[in-house]
Amino acid sequence: MKLDFEHIPAGHCENGVISSLLKYHGLNLSEAMIFGIGSGYFFAYMPFVKVNGIPLASFRPVPGMIFARAAKRLGIKMKKQSFRKQPKRAMDELDKVLEKKLPVGVQAGVFHLSYFPPAYRFHFNAHNLTVYGKEGDTYFISDPVMEYPTTLTYEELKKVRFAKGPLSPNGKMYYPIEIPKEIDLKSAIHKGIKQTADWMLTIPVPLFGVKGIRYLSKRLRKWPEKLGPKKAAAYLAQMVRMLEEIGTGGAGFRFIYAAFLQEVAEIMQDQRYFELSKDMTKIGDKWRTFSSLAAKTCKGRSSDPDGYNTVANLMLEIADDEEKFFIELKKLIS
Amino acid sequence: MEIDKVPQDEGITAGITREVQYAVDENGKYVKTFSKGWEPKNIVNELAWKDIEDNMNLANERISAGKASPIMYFMAKCQMNVALLAEYVEIPKWKVKRHLKPRGFKKLKPDQLENYAKVLGTSVDELLNYKPKN
Repeated sequence: MKLDFEHIPAGHCENGVISSLLKYHGLNLSEAMIFGIGSGYFFAYMPFVKVNGIPLASFRPVPGMIFARAAKRLGIKMKKQSFRKQPKRAMDELDKVLEKKLPVGVQAGVFHLSYFPPAYRFHFNAHNLTVYGKEGDTYFISDPVMEYPTTLTYEELKKVRFAKGPLSPNGKMYYPIEIPKEIDLKSAIHKGIKQTADWMLTIPVPLFGVKGIRYLSKRLRKWPEKLGPKKAAAYLAQMVRMLEEIGTGGAGFRFIYAAFLQEVAEIMQDQRYFELSKDMTKIGDKWRTFSSLAAKTCKGRSSDPDGYNTVANLMLEIADDEEKFFIELKKLIS
Repeated sequence: MEIDKVPQDEGITAGITREVQYAVDENGKYVKTFSKGWEPKNIVNELAWKDIEDNMNLANERISAGKASPIMYFMAKCQMNVALLAEYVEIPKWKVKRHLKPRGFKKLKPDQLENYAKVLGTSVDELLNYKPKN
């Protein structure tokens, strides 16, 4: 049985899955709209959280949060289930829901994901995909970051649903059970924008929002001296990967946010959002420049502080731009 | 980013998929478009794999010196550390550490070897007979 489910490639897995699940149930909201309403735009530098021994710099809130906020603001009820150490039950439960003709969102680890590009197969467990049918031993999979729909066998799907390590999925699955007839989109958009602006501007800890960008800029200058050329390059490379690797739509979600603002301009019938979207595009372009320069510095694994200083300076410029941007954006909703 | 500037540098996803990239079209409107890849991404991804390779070489050196068991090499190959491997094989960390030493490795029972081989994506034969090529 294969449900009549449309595979929509997306920039980011979490928003992509939600957007296409809702579309199946007749609610047409783009990935960018979900991202904006769920306040997906963020910056956090968390030196105490390490990925492969490298401090985490993230351009989004923790996995699952965008989705939870968006659902709440849109009044959508989702059924969520996890199955600790019960892989068989997790698969049976999935089959049962599929039989009710409901596509199901599933959290997955990437390392064992057989259809994924090998170069991207690291131990990252907060990936999301949709299961939309089953025939014999084969599950039909719509993975938003893939260009085309794909499949997994029973064993393969079980394995990725029970990947181990940080953020392990424990068989987590979810699907909408209640979608309101009337949705107050404008109010949801307002809430989404307000929280994003507040988180970027006012968290009183220097690790988050624009303050976080400035703080990391300061730290980054010292990397070559403090860590040596090899480790410094690894740290910087990790930042570029957070900005650009599968699932950001480019420039650490900044372009998705710009797309969201264009949609908002139409919904609100307010050209000012369209103008701000242009500013956001420029910010995204600067992050792209950052990635490009940073990658060059990494490639040489040079301990020349100039490369690090250049990108650190660019970060300060971006922090100022993002600060100005969110002050302006906040004016539109208050 | 403008749509005509979306990079198409083939690399890590070549022949498998293209990635969605948000870009502005000629009318200034955002659209989703596909990118085959981008050179800076290829560079940093390569760097990450280089580090994994370094870990494998390091494991090989230690195995050759008689200081580590073959599990060390396969663990590095699977990008695992002791904590993650312990979770996958469902054996306490301190025991896994023992199995990473030649002496502890020799004492492994067939079903334990089977378990390690399965998790590390190899066979019992390969695990037992692994010799670093230097």
